[in-house]
Amino acid sequence: MSASVLAKFAGLAEQRRVLLGGGRDPFGVVFEHALSATEAVVDGRKVTLFGSNNYLGLNHDPECLRAAAEAARSEGTGTTGSRIANGTYGLHAELEAELAAFFGRRSCMVFTTGYQANLGMLSVLAGKDDVLLLDADSHASIYDASRLSQAQVIRFRHNDPDDLDRRLRRIGEIPGSKLVVVEGIYSMLGDAAPLAEFVEVKRRAGAALLVDEAHSFGVLGEHGRGLAEAAGVEADVEFVVGTFSKSLGSIGGYCVSDAEGFDILRVACRPYMFTASAPPSVIASTRAALARIARDPGLRQRLWENARRFYGGLENTGFRLGPRVSPIVAARMPDVPTAVAFWNALLDRGIYVNLTLPPATPDGQPLLRCSVTASHEVAQIDAAVAGFAAVAAALRLSLAAPSPAAG
Amino acid sequence: METDPQAITRLLIDTLAANPRVTREITAETVIVDDLALDSLAVMNFVMEIEDRLDVSVPLDRLAEIRTIGDLAGCLAELAGQR
Ligand SMILES: Cc1ncc(COP(=O)(O)O)c(C=O)c1O
Repeated sequence: MSASVLAKFAGLAEQRRVLLGGGRDPFGVVFEHALSATEAVVDGRKVTLFGSNNYLGLNHDPECLRAAAEAARSEGTGTTGSRIANGTYGLHAELEAELAAFFGRRSCMVFTTGYQANLGMLSVLAGKDDVLLLDADSHASIYDASRLSQAQVIRFRHNDPDDLDRRLRRIGEIPGSKLVVVEGIYSMLGDAAPLAEFVEVKRRAGAALLVDEAHSFGVLGEHGRGLAEAAGVEADVEFVVGTFSKSLGSIGGYCVSDAEGFDILRVACRPYMFTASAPPSVIASTRAALARIARDPGLRQRLWENARRFYGGLENTGFRLGPRVSPIVAARMPDVPTAVAFWNALLDRGIYVNLTLPPATPDGQPLLRCSVTASHEVAQIDAAVAGFAAVAAALRLSLAAPSPAAG
Repeated sequence: METDPQAITRLLIDTLAANPRVTREITAETVIVDDLALDSLAVMNFVMEIEDRLDVSVPLDRLAEIRTIGDLAGCLAELAGQR
């Protein structure tokens, strides 16, 4: 019986066997110990982390650690209940108020993960008569949310306001509403949405806009509020979704908004209502991390210095990267076997990055997706760049000519 | 704009035939995902190309129900006819 149930995965199992050919399972790495924001132990050896999304390194920040430990000791290890039953503590309510204040918005809902924040917000906002318009390169949580939603779902070309405009025109006048969804920084190539242009288009069509700032919160904007702040269009973004699992160094998700009557969603949004809330330790460390981001712009500055150094280093070595400097630095690989071999060779040298394969990547191209954090030392970055160069030479990967304009 | 299912089927077949990843012969009965070995993203990207030619948008919730080239042509013809 179980054999026939799993029969449909035969193709996937075969693809996976090919991936294992390089030695390790790229999707089964175990960090035996996490040592710091930039180091862990794999196969008994210390590796430097260049694939953690831990942009500000706050998961090992002493204040965040202290807040988490104190909250666990005084309030318990888990809430054992959902937000609408016994799972809303003072901590959750305080974090919601602080996030709303940080964004200068009226309301905030906190979810247990970022994935659930997207699942919940898109499915509850886009109902039966509505149309959801998604950027083609949207994160899996956005695609999954669109399947939970009853709305008609239309996909537009990645970062293409003209294509969105065409598709909004095709829809024309409808009784329901239109909700456009884009991301601040895209998780694969580190490119940002042309948000001001999208705002123009959605305004003309009378559509609402939701921006997922998962990778841009704490990273972009003078105060770290993300791409909407950096682009100066916050007033035109009706809903901002984000996660605690990247720059805030914990786990959880949120949506902030000025929409009138927003709180009714607390009793309509199923991924908010029917799962247990985040434990006290997580909420407490998130609050400490948020306070740190609010008072210490130096963190963001260090992140960008590191991002420029790493991106510049790989670019000058001749790697083909994402379109612009960002804390997400993706090196394009010519094919899957090369990408797998490269990934294994980097790990042999003590450098951990994310291997990302189509269809999760745009353009059907495998990527070695790296992320930089504010906690990286210059020496770690330079060693990683040297490691990339050495592996490229060992694998005879053809690189672009080094650019003399280095600097 | 084209609204005839047969003409749209031909357009789909010609477009796919020009794709180097697609090597086998294609008919209206060809099952898009299984027979052409296209992943979900490749199918969505292929449909995007056709959408521009016919000036329609195929909702993803409709696309999920489509199996064959003939189904897709029928869906595109219906959407184009509504314009
Ligand atoms: C754009 C985007 N949205 C949402 C998520 C989901 O966040 P989380 O990991 O907190 O569930 C992620 C990352 O995983 C993401 O990259």
